[in-house]
Amino acid sequence: MANRTPLYDAHVKAGAKMVDFHGWDMPLNYGSQIEEHNAVRNDSGVFDVSHMTIVDVAGIDAKAFLRYLLANDVAKLTVPGKALYSGMLNEKGGVIDDLIVYFFTDESYRLVVNSATRERDMAWIHSVASDFKVTITEQPSLGMVALQGPKAEEKLKLVLGDDAFAPVAGMKPFMSEQVGDYFIATTGYTGEKGYEIVVPGDKVEKLWDDLLNVGVQPCGLGARDTLRLEAGMNLYGQDMDESVTPLESNMGWSVAFEPADRKFIGREALEQQKAAGHAKLVGLVMKDKGVLRHGQKVIVEGGEGEITSGTFSPTLGFSIAMARVPASVGDTAEVEIRKKLVTVSVVKPSFVRQGKSVLA
Amino acid sequence: MSTIPKELKYASTHEWVRNEGDGIFTVGITEHAQDLLGDMVFVELPEVGANVAAGDDVAVCESVKAASDIYAPIAGEIVEVNEDLEDAPETVNNDPFGDGWLFKIKAEDPSEVESLLDAEGYQAVIDEE
Repeated sequence: MANRTPLYDAHVKAGAKMVDFHGWDMPLNYGSQIEEHNAVRNDSGVFDVSHMTIVDVAGIDAKAFLRYLLANDVAKLTVPGKALYSGMLNEKGGVIDDLIVYFFTDESYRLVVNSATRERDMAWIHSVASDFKVTITEQPSLGMVALQGPKAEEKLKLVLGDDAFAPVAGMKPFMSEQVGDYFIATTGYTGEKGYEIVVPGDKVEKLWDDLLNVGVQPCGLGARDTLRLEAGMNLYGQDMDESVTPLESNMGWSVAFEPADRKFIGREALEQQKAAGHAKLVGLVMKDKGVLRHGQKVIVEGGEGEITSGTFSPTLGFSIAMARVPASVGDTAEVEIRKKLVTVSVVKPSFVRQGKSVLA
Repeated sequence: MSTIPKELKYASTHEWVRNEGDGIFTVGITEHAQDLLGDMVFVELPEVGANVAAGDDVAVCESVKAASDIYAPIAGEIVEVNEDLEDAPETVNNDPFGDGWLFKIKAEDPSEVESLLDAEGYQAVIDEE
C-alpha cells in the first residue's frame, strides 16, 4: 500500500482527488487546480508537504560535513534559523537532490529533501557522513504544511494568536523560528510570501483544520506544479537529476565556488564544465493557443534541446516552460507541438513573482 | 461516480452525442473525460462547413494536464461550433453535457448513431479503464 501522510483523511474529507506521487497517496486537487492556483496568488493556500524528508544533522563535525556534502556553502549561515538552498551533487557534478538546509548552530542543522529521492539521499548522506563525527537523524514522525500567498501572514496570525505569532512577525525570507511545537520557516515553492511549518505528526491535522477554518484554500500537487513553474523553480526528476549539473539547471547561483579552498563533492567536475561550456536551462513563453509540455523538442540557434517542464500559466493566461538548450540559444526558439513547429520567445526561467508577471 | 445520462449515445473515446432532430447531432465530451483531463485551458474546434468521417480527429481539448484529441463519432458536416468556449473553456468542466458542448454535426446517415454505445455500454468502457 502507498504511504499516507497524517493528513490523508483530511484530504479525502475535503474532496481531494488522490493520486500516487512516488509511492505516496497525495491530493492532486480538491476540485479545480486553477482556482487553487489563483487562491495562492491572490489570497492564501495550504499544501500538505508531510511526504518530504526531514533530516537533522548534529555533531562537532556538522558544519565541516555539510560544507563538503553540499554545493552551496553553509559557512554563509551565521544567524540561527537562517536557511539556504543547495544542490547535493555526486562526484561528476550530477544533482542527487536539491534541498533546503536550516542553520541552528555550527553543530546543529536541519535538511529538508525530496521524498521521491529519499532512499538515494539517505544512502548518500550516510556514506559521506561516515568520515565525519556527525549523527544523522531522519524525522519521519514530523508533518509539514506550506502556507503560501499574500494573506499567509494574516492567516497564520489568526490561527496562532498574537502571542505565538510575535516571534515570527515580520520575519525575512529564508528564516525560521521554533515556536512551541511549530517550526516555522519563511520558505516555499510558489513565488509568494508564506511559510513552511513543521509540526509533530499528531498535531498537523489540527493546524490544517484551523487554517481551513480561517478561509485558507487547500491546494494539491496540480497547483503546486503550476505555481512553482511560474516562479521558475525546478522540479527534481523533471528539470534536473543526476545526469545534469547545477550549471545546466539554472542552479549555478547556488554553487559556492568561493572560497576556492573549500572542497565539496562535484567541485572539480563543475570547474571543468564551466571552462568547457555547457547547456543551459532557459524559460520559454508561447502566447499562441496551445500548451508547452515536458518532452517536446526545442530547436534553437546552434542545436536542439528539450522542454523539461511546461504548462499553461493560470496567472499569465498563456503557456510557459523551462527547456534545456545549447548555450548558443538566441531570443527565439521553435518548439515541435503536435507535429507543428511553433515559434516561442526565450526568456530567463522566472515568470511570476508575488502575483505579478516578471516578463519584459 | 460520474453521471452518464441515459438519453445520450457515446463513443468509447469519451464523446457523447445528442439527437437534436432533422439529422442534427450535438457532440461533447463526457463528465468522466473532463474529470480525467482536469481544468480545461483551450478548446480547438473544427471549421463550420467541414466534412468529417467517423473517427476523424476534429477538435482538441487541452487541459492543464494534457492535450486530448476529440473524434467525430459519426460522419457528416459540421454545422455549428460552440464559440463561447473560446473565452470560457472551463464550461467543458462545469457543464460537460450542457453548455460545454463542442460542435453540431449534420449526419450523413443518421442511423450511424444507432451503432454507438448506450449509457450502459459506456459505463462498461469506463469500468474497464
